[in-house]
Amino acid sequence: MEATENKPLTAKDFSSDQDVRWCPGCGDYSILKQVQSVMPDIGVDKKDIVFISGIGCSSRFPYYMNTYGMHSIHGRAPGVATGLKVANPDLSVWVITGDGDALSIGGNHLIHVLRRNVNLNILLFNNEIYGLTKGQYSPTSPVGKNTKSSPMGSIDQPFNPLALAFGAGGTFIARGMDRDVKHLRGLLKASHDHQGTSLLEIYQNCNVFNDGAFFTFTEKDSKARNVLFMEHGAPMKFGAEQEFALRLDGLSPQLVKSNDYSDDDLWIHDQHDKTKSFLLTQMFEHPEHTDFPRPFGIFYQEDRPRYEDGVIAQINDAQAKKGKGNLDDLLKGNFTWKIDD
Amino acid sequence: MEIIDKKDITVLIAGDSGDGMQLTGSQLTQTSALFGNDISTFPNFPAEIRAPQGTVAGVSGFQLKFSSEKLYTPGDSCDVLVAMNAAALKANINKLKSGGELIVNIEGFDKKNLRLAGIDSDQHPLESKEIEDFNLIKLEVTKLTREVLKESALGQKEKDRCKNMFVLGYLYWMYSRDTESTVQFLKEKFGGKPDVLEANLKVLNAGYHFGDTNEEFTSRFKVEKAKLDEGEYRSITGNHAAALGLISASVKSDLELVYGSYPITPASDILHELSKHKNFGVKTIQAEDEIAAICAAIGASFAGSLAVTASSGPGIALKGEAIGLQAILELPMVIVNVQRGGPSTGLPTKTEQADLLQAFYGRNGECPVPILAATTPKDCFYMAFEAARIALEHMTPVFFLSDGYIANGAEPWAYPTEASLPNITPQFASGDGTNYLPYKRDDNLVRKWAIPGQEGFEHRIGGLEKEHETGNVSYDPENHEFMVKTRAEKVEKIADHIPLQDIDAGKPSGRILVLGWGSTYGAIKTAVRACLDEGIDVSHAQIKYLSPFPKNLKTVLESYDQILIPEMNDGQLIKIIRSQFGIDAEPLNKIQGLPFTSSEIINKIKSLA
Ligand code: SF4
Repeated sequence: MEATENKPLTAKDFSSDQDVRWCPGCGDYSILKQVQSVMPDIGVDKKDIVFISGIGCSSRFPYYMNTYGMHSIHGRAPGVATGLKVANPDLSVWVITGDGDALSIGGNHLIHVLRRNVNLNILLFNNEIYGLTKGQYSPTSPVGKNTKSSPMGSIDQPFNPLALAFGAGGTFIARGMDRDVKHLRGLLKASHDHQGTSLLEIYQNCNVFNDGAFFTFTEKDSKARNVLFMEHGAPMKFGAEQEFALRLDGLSPQLVKSNDYSDDDLWIHDQHDKTKSFLLTQMFEHPEHTDFPRPFGIFYQEDRPRYEDGVIAQINDAQAKKGKGNLDDLLKGNFTWKIDD
Repeated sequence: MEIIDKKDITVLIAGDSGDGMQLTGSQLTQTSALFGNDISTFPNFPAEIRAPQGTVAGVSGFQLKFSSEKLYTPGDSCDVLVAMNAAALKANINKLKSGGELIVNIEGFDKKNLRLAGIDSDQHPLESKEIEDFNLIKLEVTKLTREVLKESALGQKEKDRCKNMFVLGYLYWMYSRDTESTVQFLKEKFGGKPDVLEANLKVLNAGYHFGDTNEEFTSRFKVEKAKLDEGEYRSITGNHAAALGLISASVKSDLELVYGSYPITPASDILHELSKHKNFGVKTIQAEDEIAAICAAIGASFAGSLAVTASSGPGIALKGEAIGLQAILELPMVIVNVQRGGPSTGLPTKTEQADLLQAFYGRNGECPVPILAATTPKDCFYMAFEAARIALEHMTPVFFLSDGYIANGAEPWAYPTEASLPNITPQFASGDGTNYLPYKRDDNLVRKWAIPGQEGFEHRIGGLEKEHETGNVSYDPENHEFMVKTRAEKVEKIADHIPLQDIDAGKPSGRILVLGWGSTYGAIKTAVRACLDEGIDVSHAQIKYLSPFPKNLKTVLESYDQILIPEMNDGQLIKIIRSQFGIDAEPLNKIQGLPFTSSEIINKIKSLA
């Protein structure tokens, strides 16, 4: 699985010969570019990398990668990826999905792949809209959202994808954005490094049907005030001058001025602390937290046995106990009788 | 005591689903098979796991025919009925031949049991006039069992659970069988529980000796060994055989078997069986739903494994979109459908052949998928193997159709050796991949299989229409039509690689051809033979390759004046025969969740003759 080539690969080597067909200005372009540029650094041969997608704008992604890939059916990429990984655990498998694909039609598969902890990387492009079908509200669209299918505003309570991943027993839960490319590259790399199912939510601008959904977090004038980049072991500070911070009063987050506290008294991010990490995923939902920043980075990481290892271990176990299967013995079974002429 | 020789005996054991009837039946089967009889079984389960005790809905039955001659069905009616309670009697008395042995557990005929069975207490069935038709043997099974175990430390409930062993022991005595293989079986089953083992053994023996010492019983019966073809035999059910067929295909193709499945009646036993054989490298995935199950298989096939998914009708309906994906990807997969009564949840524990049109047409778009069907329990082995061969050598999903009747039914099987099975040779891409085109085809229109991990062959596939040869996404109108036709032709060409249709009985041309498919084989064969014995001009052909059909099928059909098509559905094969060959046929349909009896088919043949 380690790269053996002498000449180091570049992002270009990972770009297929197909024309990219997303709308000009779509956030997907940036994500594609970051993925292509991270690939040479993850230490896996091109031949061992597979991208599996479902249906939706983002799911065209595999066609643009010069690796193995499959554009499967709506919502089912985690199922396909699970089978692929079980069949060949040596592959580096990436699932490309969107908010409709992963959280609506494929919701069941998402939670089950997370609980099984198959070692694969899920990139969930969240644009809070159905793009490919031309603009209906999605399971992450906010209440009140006016769309083609909700002219009077959506009445659906949206999913919080990361809190959902927590509930499903996810072992790597992170958030990035299309427009902070360096940060995104770091998260892509971390997703790969994590041994288990990595869920990376990526805020992605659909400039045609939901332009600006995340501008508060991605644009210069508002980003600093509204984005908290979490670092494991570091105090939770944000703002243009890092002038704001979070601290915990028991389990209740408070927004404070950095200068009023020593760093030690601030909330120090611990990505292995399940309770506190869960608080972070919920941060923007709390009615009293309207001026809280939205966290980006790795919320939570845990080492837990991987599904495919369990499959292989049982095979090894069975072979150690019973010996490698002998077909003649199997066909014969335990009770036989002979008929002579 | 007199021992009467019989050619064959059909026993039907019926009781509450909690009474251990299936176990009793399968033990009697095993013992008869080991003795050398031909056997055929028909387990009939209630829909609920523990339906209300004592009710007709809760009756579980196991029908076994054992014979000194070759058998093709478990019998239309039975010589012996064992009824553990009033409900079991009520549900099955119409199947007992007049003059037959009626063995009842009279404790199951008290007031309460009569009420539960919906019988008026002043019309006690054991005192009725009709019952005089039969040779009634009354046992007090619970009392006798408790008596045997009075010194055992087991609780009352556990003691009572042994009572099916009393019945089994008694049947062994009555049919001159020894208890040895059941003793072995019990030792394996209860090895870790010496108390329970001892109790079961004691009761089994007591049942056996009860016959010996009780003077009421004057006759015993004996069925000689059957003159089966020379060979080594075992007993096998259809689901078990299918599992072995799939493992054999994995061995003979040198590919790992990956089985994605979601539990469903009556297919789950294949999952159970496969998950026991991990030492063959078998990987079973119990997925979160039917769709995930087939998608896991799709992923595994992309990775180069022998991928299999299995279900029954409702689950196959859920898999429809994914089957279409696999068909357009042109990757191999076996899709097992162990059919049951439908539509919707239908009759989960009963048999039916009503998913044939679903297999033919149940997907969006033009999506032909090869279809195979097994005729008997042991044939599930060969057809599952064939399904894997065709899938792997022709790069296509393949349907393997079985049904509840043969899936749970058992028969003797002269099992094959590994060496006697053909090798399966999928066409993998080779070389350095420089000119690899994922959808370039050989003479059979089969593409080459390149799998992740193969250097230089990196390529993308998907559910969007593909350009000829390159596999790139294409919306070109002509290309789409070309690809649709090419995929269909690829499936058609499989006809060059399957056996021709044979005539199972009768002449190669003549007055009537009874044309069956799948599990109706035994009933049709028995019926046609009986008619031939009476001099009726009738023949029998059973189709196992349903799509594509054998190349000579049309000629075969045109060789007879009339075609009769019996099916356990409302007429599905007949529609396909009419539309493909323009041949009108006579239907015979049974949609009762039950297999045909041979007399039903005989009557129909006679009405046409
Ligand atoms: S519709 Fe939106 S998400 Fe889809 S390609 Fe266009 S901009 Fe991107």
